[in-house]
Amino acid sequence: MTRLIEAKNIGLTLADRTILEGVNLQLHAGKITTLIGPNGAGKTSLVRLLLGLQPASQGELWRKPSLRIGYMPQKLHIDASLPLTVQRFLQLGGAGAAALKNALSLTGIAHLLASPMQRLSGGEVQRVLLTRALAREPQLLVLDEPVQGVDVNGQVALYDLIDRIRAQQGCGVLMVSHDLHLVMAHTDEVICLNQHVCCHGHPESVTSDPAYLALFGAKAAQTLAVYTHHHDHKHNLHGDVVCNHDHSLPLEDCPPAAQKDESNA
Amino acid sequence: MPDFMLHAWLAGAAVAVVAGPLGSFAVWRRMAYFGDTLAHSALLGVVFGLLLDVNINLAVTLGCLILATALVLLQQTRVLATDTLLGILSHSTLALGLVSISLFGNTRVDLMAYLFGDLLTADSGDVITIATVAALVLGLIGYFWRSLIAITVHEELARVEGVRVGAVRMLLMLAMALVIAIAMKVVGVLLITALLIIPAAAARRLSQTPESMAVMASALGLVAVTLGLVSSYFLDTPAGPSVVLGASLMFGLTLFKRQS
Repeated sequence: MTRLIEAKNIGLTLADRTILEGVNLQLHAGKITTLIGPNGAGKTSLVRLLLGLQPASQGELWRKPSLRIGYMPQKLHIDASLPLTVQRFLQLGGAGAAALKNALSLTGIAHLLASPMQRLSGGEVQRVLLTRALAREPQLLVLDEPVQGVDVNGQVALYDLIDRIRAQQGCGVLMVSHDLHLVMAHTDEVICLNQHVCCHGHPESVTSDPAYLALFGAKAAQTLAVYTHHHDHKHNLHGDVVCNHDHSLPLEDCPPAAQKDESNA
Repeated sequence: MPDFMLHAWLAGAAVAVVAGPLGSFAVWRRMAYFGDTLAHSALLGVVFGLLLDVNINLAVTLGCLILATALVLLQQTRVLATDTLLGILSHSTLALGLVSISLFGNTRVDLMAYLFGDLLTADSGDVITIATVAALVLGLIGYFWRSLIAITVHEELARVEGVRVGAVRMLLMLAMALVIAIAMKVVGVLLITALLIIPAAAARRLSQTPESMAVMASALGLVAVTLGLVSSYFLDTPAGPSVVLGASLMFGLTLFKRQS
């Protein structure tokens, strides 16, 4: 499998605050990796490091030479004073007409081309952003909370689409998500982040594993499970992470007893 | 038409044409205050020009370019909000310019000309200088147009897609500084931002694409310059402020157009 990005022990410290530390991860072509974790866990910061938008404070970051990335940012705000149609917005990505047409046929937004960007609904904006990312014929798709502002049916459709794109184009996908549940079916690897990598693993094997059930507990049926997942570590008074387990363990090997105890803390 | 009117119109027209696209960026990127700061500091350039006995236009241009660079660098530190930073620089440089002129150059400087412009005194040399700078800036903006729009829409997305965001942003700031240096002749230090912002704002309601807004802003600027000069010729009003009022009039008229 082609390696696209490899991070070795990278960390980020901003104004004496530790945002991320000791993160190891690899992204491969044809594989969907999902980054989950509570608010403030550093998911977006990690994405920014991987994209090269922010230099890492520590560690090593390797990127495949001339790696072509399609990026779908979390938010898009276009000032009302800028008259911009969807078509012009898509052309700004610099993709050729054929690639753009192909991307449009995948995302099905050809009927929106003449609309002003400011008139789109949340779900439409997401699909326009995805189209622009796809039109670059990326080797790696990076999607920061791609289903934000999209209803549940739309979310299912969007995840299906991302899965189809991966199958058709063979690109690697890195997704940031709050919601583990819908994402599960299409993810090859889940990385659970809370300043460091708490645990990681293959969701297909994880969902039936007793350790997973212990980790996500009775709330596994709800999407909220991710927000309230039981940490495998504590934070001391300074907010630093105090760990008491082996980070090299994959998700399914996390000791369930330890998780339960700390959920009451 | 007397020669001085022709020169005045040509100089004003050149500034109006380049102010169209640049003013559009100022509106899209909310840089009105940035323009003000550069303009106010231009007076300081005048003082340095007098003190060092170099060409005043050159001194003003250099001053604006240096300040634009300093602002871009300061913006990256983000200790104070940008508008606070600009407010401090803008008014400090204006005050310093006014004080310096009264101390060093009171016999040689027509302060009103710098504050409100002296379009009617433009000679053929001024016209050539202004037209050359305007053509240079237009060429640069045209060449980097797609990158400029891309960073205006979403800087990080543009960077991931390979646009050199820092360099393009710096280019826009320097273009702004150049245009302000030449626009000083037309409307003066205090009214430059108006010439950038008002035609662009008026063009917004009449355009569906960024390109048409930029072109429309240039066209409205041309009309404003013409209206201002006509009023100045027949009613003996000051030329610079009349040009700005011409632009304001057109903005007012666009308010009657129903938004599609």
